[in-house]
Parts: sequence; C-alpha cells; structure tokens
Amino acid sequence: MSIVIPEPKQVAAMSEIKNPVIEASKLGLTFQTNDGPVQALANVDLTIGKGEFVSFIGPSGCGKTTLLRVIADLEKPTSGNILVNGMSAEKAREARAYGYVFQAAALFPWRTIAGNVALPLEIMGISKAEQAERIKRTLDLVNLSGFEKKYPWQLSGGMQQRASIARALAFDADLLLMDEPFGALDEIVRDHLNEQLLELWGRTEKTICFVTHSIPEAVYLSTRIVVMSPRPGRVTDIIESTLPRERPLDIRETPEFLAIAARVRDGLRAGHSYED
Amino acid sequence: MNRFKPSWQAVLAFLLCLASVASGSIAAADAAGVYPYEGTRGLILALIAGAALVSMFRISAILEALVLFIGAHLAAWLLIRGIAGVEGTAKAPFYLLIAAAWLLAWRCVAVLSSIRTGSKQASMALRLIVPTIFGAWILIIWEAATRGAGIPFILLPPPSSIGVRIVNSLPILAADVNQTIFKAVLFGYLIGCGAGFLVAILADRVPFMRRGLLPIGNMVSALPIIGVAPIMVMWFGFDWQSKAAVVIIMTFFPMLVNTVTGLAASGHMERDLMRTYASDYWQTLFKLRLPAAAPFIFNALKINSTLALIGAIVAEFFGTPVVGMGFRISTEVGRMNIDMVWAEIAVAALAGSLFYGVVALIERAATFWHPSVRGG
Repeated sequence: MSIVIPEPKQVAAMSEIKNPVIEASKLGLTFQTNDGPVQALANVDLTIGKGEFVSFIGPSGCGKTTLLRVIADLEKPTSGNILVNGMSAEKAREARAYGYVFQAAALFPWRTIAGNVALPLEIMGISKAEQAERIKRTLDLVNLSGFEKKYPWQLSGGMQQRASIARALAFDADLLLMDEPFGALDEIVRDHLNEQLLELWGRTEKTICFVTHSIPEAVYLSTRIVVMSPRPGRVTDIIESTLPRERPLDIRETPEFLAIAARVRDGLRAGHSYED
Repeated sequence: MNRFKPSWQAVLAFLLCLASVASGSIAAADAAGVYPYEGTRGLILALIAGAALVSMFRISAILEALVLFIGAHLAAWLLIRGIAGVEGTAKAPFYLLIAAAWLLAWRCVAVLSSIRTGSKQASMALRLIVPTIFGAWILIIWEAATRGAGIPFILLPPPSSIGVRIVNSLPILAADVNQTIFKAVLFGYLIGCGAGFLVAILADRVPFMRRGLLPIGNMVSALPIIGVAPIMVMWFGFDWQSKAAVVIIMTFFPMLVNTVTGLAASGHMERDLMRTYASDYWQTLFKLRLPAAAPFIFNALKINSTLALIGAIVAEFFGTPVVGMGFRISTEVGRMNIDMVWAEIAVAALAGSLFYGVVALIERAATFWHPSVRGG
C-alpha cells in the first residue's frame, strides 16, 4: 500500500496557528538497532498553538510516543527541527517548560503523595511554604485532597495516575505532555479521568499533547487529532474537532462525535497496511 | 466422643511412656547397686502421661498449651537432673521419655501457633514464645544426649556447663567482646562499608573508574583472608588495627558490588521523569537512585555484619595482644578448655545475631516502602 499524501487543507490549517508552542518541521528520528536502522519518525511537520488539546493516535510503532519524547527532549531527532516555546527542545526542558505524564504513574514508593508532588518543586528549589501551597492546590485540582499522607501503594491505580498528573501540574508549566496516561486503567475509571482532565484543561488553559490508541478518547478530549501510521512513523491526517469545548460524557453518542470518530478510523485504516 | 480430640503427638508420647515402662530401668545401677531415678521415675511418667491425657480433652488452647508446657519441661528437667553424676549410664527408657517429652513440647508449640489473638501484645508474646521453646529443645536434647551417652567433654560439652562457664568468665568475655567487636569489628565495618559505598558512587560518576575499579574490587574480595591476616598484622601491628584492616578488606567488596547494582535499580521511567525536571546528577542520585538502591545497600550491610565478625575472629589467630575472641579460642583449644571455646562461640553467635538484627531492624524502618517489607 502506498503512503498517503497529506491533504493540502491540513497545511493551510497549520499556517493559521497563532502563538505556536510546538513547531516541528521535517522532523525525523532513526534508531540504530541490532537489526539495522529503524525509522521511528519521518518528515513530521506539525505546529501546535497555545491552549490546544492535541491527541496523537495511531497503531503501535507509529512513533506517537517517540514524537512526544522528542518534544520532551527525552530523544534527540536525527533530522529536522523542533522548537518548544520558541526554544530548542533541550533549552525548553532545562527551562522546565512542560510537565510529563508517563504511561505508569511512576510515583516514588518511599515518598507520600504530598512528597511525590513536592519532588519537582524540591528539584527546582521552591521554598517550603510555596511548596505546601502548591501541593494543596494541585491535589485539589485532581480531587486528591486528604490523601497527602498516604503512600502511592496504598492508592488505587486511578488515584496514582491522578497523583502523577498533580505532580506534572505542580510547577505550573504551560505545556502538559501525556503518554497514554490512562492506558492501564479500566474503562469506567478512564471515562471519569477523561472528564476530569477536560475540566482541568478548561480551568487552566494549558496546552496538552496527549498520546492514545483509543479513538473515542482522542475524539472526546481533543481540539485536534493527529493520526499517525507506522513504518516509517509519520503523520497521515490532522483532524480539527468541531465539538464545543463543553463536553459532557454523552456527547459521545451525538452524530457529530461519531462522524469525527469515523474520520479518525478511516485515517488509521488508510495509513495502516494490513498486508504485512 | 465430642469431649476427646486426640493429637498424634500426645498419643505417641503416651505409647512411648508405656514402652519405657516395659523396657526396664532408666539408667544402669551404680557401683553400690543403687538405681538412679528410683524416687522420680513415677513422677516423670505421671507428668508425661498426665499431660498427654489432659491435652486430649477438649479444653481451651491456652490451658492445653500450659499443661503440655509444664508436663514436658518438668519431665525433661527431672530426667536431665537425674543423670547428673552418673553420665553415660542412660538406657533406652531415658531416650524414650525424652522423646515423649519432646513430642509434648511439639504439640505445645503447635497449639500456641494456632492461637489467634486480636491484641498486639499477645500475638507479639506468642511470636517470641514459639521460637524460644523451639530453641530450648535444641539445648535440652543436646544436654540429654551428651549426659545420657556420656560424650567426652572434649568432644562436646553439655550446654549447661557452657552456660556455667559463661557466667563464671563474664569479665574475660566482656574484655574479649570489647577488643574484638567494639574495636576491630565496628571500626572495620564502618570504614569498609563506607569505603565500598563511596567507591561505588565514584565508579558510577566516572565511567572509566567502573571499568577499572570493579575488577580490582573483585580481586581484593578473592584474597584469602588466611593469607592477608598475617600481612595486616605485620603492617598494622598486633593490636586491633590489623584486625580492623582485615574486616575492611572483607566488607569492602560486598558493599561496592551491591551499591553499584542498586544504583542501576531505578526504572527508566523514573529516570526519564527526573530528566524532564532537568534534575542534575546529585539531585537524581539523592532523590531517586539512592532510595531505590537502599534494599541492595542494606543487603550488603547485613552480609557484612556477619562477615566482619568472622574476619576479626580469624585474624586474631595470627597474632594479638592477650585479649580478643579469636585469641581466646585459639589458646583455650590448646589448653583443652573446650567449654571456654564454646562460651566464646556462643557469645560470638549472640553478638553476630544482635548485630544482624539491629541492621535488619534499621532496614525495615528505612525501606518500609519496599514490597518485601510492606508485604505485597
């Protein structure tokens, strides 16, 4: 199957974006493995504006996590350019430009929930009084007040992941990078957290990049959905959501929602070669 | 039917009592033709058979354990006291009765283990009583076997005479412990573990050190202590400093290897997380990698707590002032004072267990978060 050429209107959409937070141009990343080079990202052009909620969706191996890690300067691109907040990704990381939420909560078991949220604050040298104030505020934000003194292993998986989101929010970075944060949780908890995440995004006006492999999750959360496909990892479609910012959970049954979901599914199918 | 609940231990103990009655006197007659145990034989049998019988009735667990405890231990005490002075004359019934008493003690421990209490103090007491009875019976059987069979004192003294020796030699033992443990072991342990830890961090910080230091550390650990100890005595003199040097050599490598392994124990995700905070080397070390390495470091501390004691005692065989546990063992063996040797061994075992126990307690407090400590 041939590679799908991006539609022209997508390029037009990109040029309209004001206040770009992330600008990627001709981004490529090739891993050198024992089985030869693997092209994880090829020719990715993408601009994300301030306050957007952008989801990256695609089958495994499409490079969506790699792209997020390149934005976070956890991987170095081998070609092309990436700017975060107008700086190089490395400079942005050193300026603590983003909070990163991993697939697992990755809380430190020897620290309490409050201690875990305090971790980035301690590293950034924020005063004790300010730390206490921010811990209270961010734990409120993720509905974990009253659990400050608990240890991570005393909490459920959903609560742990919420604590890790609080940790990413604690130092007030305007950009939130989330790598399948709810992938390991069950459907009911995931719905609940999706709702809370949207509410949080509405209140804080942060820019969120969200990696997922769930179509409903991507459509429900995003203002824009970036569809990716593997071998080599590339962007095949970018879909603007026409849904309003206020999204109750039952918006997922509306024709509008289903139409966007259908388009995402088509994009995934087109990009994915089933012959191999 | 309902009022009986026989246990196989009690039934077997009862049968052993019958067998001992059937097989004659407990011990051989002495030169004057007097049989020992004439006065106490009936009492011993009554204690064992009585306790076995009572335990088979449906009574409360506490009462059953108490009856079994008294029956088993009083009978064992009478048996062992009776053989004193006529060691080596015990016949089959002696061992049959000891075995019967032991079975009752077994049943007693089984009953105690099955008790479930709500209160913390009671379950704590039970946790202490069960291993205490278990350990006491090792000593009782040891005592009964050495006295009953008249095993020569040189080969294996009974625990009671070792105990007497410990009580009578407390000042000497205290001086030896002070010389060997509080000087050589503690100093060597602290320096050896500390050095292993610091070198591990150095090796972690400077990659070429890792490649150079680990093989050298490995080689140091492979040095035979028997060969090193006399050299250390030549270098650092006869006093405790040379023993401390041996302890340092012994404890250095386990700490180095465990710390290096532990520093690699933190997960990729956690290290990536620290990277997203632009955390520097030392922040990542203190906030992530050292806490994650703590279980490995404590492992080394525990291994070293026993290694250090062995090292110091063995090193004292190669020259020491006239004090020290290793010195005492080597000289008292030459003077055939085997009970003193055993007394030193007992003190060393006790001190080693205490040392290990203290390190293990600190470990529990420091790594409370680890699944092996919090249980699951």
